[in-house]
Amino acid sequence: MIRVVLPPHLRTLAHVRDEVQLDIPGRVTRAAVLDALEVRYPVLRGTIRDHVTEQRRPFLRFFACQRDLTHEPPDAPLPDAVASGAEPFVVLGAIAGG
Amino acid sequence: MSGVRVLVGTRKGAFILTADGKRKQWDVSGPHFAGWEIYHVKGSPADPNRVYASQSSGWFGQVIQRSCDGGKTWETPGGGMTKTPDGMPAGESNKFVYDASPDTGKPLTTHQWYDGTQHPWEFKRVWHLEPSLTDPATVYAGVEDAGLFRTSDGGTTWQELAGLRGHGTGPKWQPGAGGMCLHTILLDPSNPRRMHVAISAAGAFRSDDGGTTWKPINQGLRSQYIPDPTAEVGHCVHRIALHRLRPKVLFMQKHWDVMRSDDAGESWREISGNLPTDFGFVIDVHAHEPDTIYVVPIKSDSEHYPPEGKLRVYRSRTGGNEWEALTKGLPQRDCYVNVLRDAMAVDSLDACGVYFGTTGGQVYLSADAGDSWTPIVRDLPAVLSVEVQTLR
Repeated sequence: MIRVVLPPHLRTLAHVRDEVQLDIPGRVTRAAVLDALEVRYPVLRGTIRDHVTEQRRPFLRFFACQRDLTHEPPDAPLPDAVASGAEPFVVLGAIAGG
Repeated sequence: MSGVRVLVGTRKGAFILTADGKRKQWDVSGPHFAGWEIYHVKGSPADPNRVYASQSSGWFGQVIQRSCDGGKTWETPGGGMTKTPDGMPAGESNKFVYDASPDTGKPLTTHQWYDGTQHPWEFKRVWHLEPSLTDPATVYAGVEDAGLFRTSDGGTTWQELAGLRGHGTGPKWQPGAGGMCLHTILLDPSNPRRMHVAISAAGAFRSDDGGTTWKPINQGLRSQYIPDPTAEVGHCVHRIALHRLRPKVLFMQKHWDVMRSDDAGESWREISGNLPTDFGFVIDVHAHEPDTIYVVPIKSDSEHYPPEGKLRVYRSRTGGNEWEALTKGLPQRDCYVNVLRDAMAVDSLDACGVYFGTTGGQVYLSADAGDSWTPIVRDLPAVLSVEVQTLR
């Protein structure tokens, strides 16, 4: 079971309060996690990555295991701790000051 | 019992203000979609309980929300949580993809960029939602970068009316400082095939075949900020308005100049008359008097606040040229708010109500057609849009 932490606005959109738990058959990659997330919560399509290009929205980041995985290839395996459910995969909005 | 429902979009959420026909006591609900920019909220004329909202964010992009109970509860069409992958909803209610098909999309590749080069169209957000006059499930969406979309399934899916960008002048369109947005959609109540749109900074356009083909309608406009002041396109039209009983007469607030057309936009003439400044964003028409119109003059294109720090609505009862300042109840000193292009509306009660919202978070009401004003709310986030539903 993969654990995903969403930013507050996306939790509100998806009507979830806490972490999202997803079953990912096969390799656990960022693309696989986001695919499964969007299947379960269609409202999130287009909010994390572009509908057509599937590019990450510029102000979003992906963290896990104290590492910034934002610029890793989408098909690269996520850390074992994420794949095992020991650590969450975190979708984070960039901070905005002012 | 009659009443009104005021739909307010702000920088940080939507608010719904309701009152009975006396318009004295107001109930305020919100923020809906707290923290998101709500460019526009509008109800269906065919079913007042059907309300659509454009919710957007620099982080998360565009979301379309729909209510079937007058804004009490909301849903994202087709976006509910799935129990199983089988038969899952498409989740495309926020999918606005420009038509690039060979037949209609071929000429739609680029528009003019700030540096004079050509730039591809990139969807950013929905500025304006215009529900059909007859079908609650049909809605038109004006978007940035400028384009027109339509849904006929209640917002679940959207298709571009590509003939607008494809009629030939698209490569000459360019963004203003606020982006290149299609912000005004007017449906002709007397002719279901006719609609008008306005784009900053391209101008006004009309379709007479339900949105399939379009033509620019900017003859008579004069804009000193473009190389050819009378060019076919390139004018920064801020807003156009019409009266439902006289839809061939259009009123326009342009970047500078207040304009009027008596022939559905074929030609325009200036009606700025004695306004203190003819720069501004909003313009609207009295619900029962087709020649009574309202504007809020703003000092200039570089100083977006009322002249002299006095918030004044100007009313013409003669269809333009002769204007009177309406000040009773409005701040007449130290006021430096703006009133954005989608932030004025009228109700259709017997005594026409006029409403507008400011970037300072006030929503003002005049229940006597502009003679006097009172704030319904004072401290909302910056107001982006105001719409009114008259409930009977």
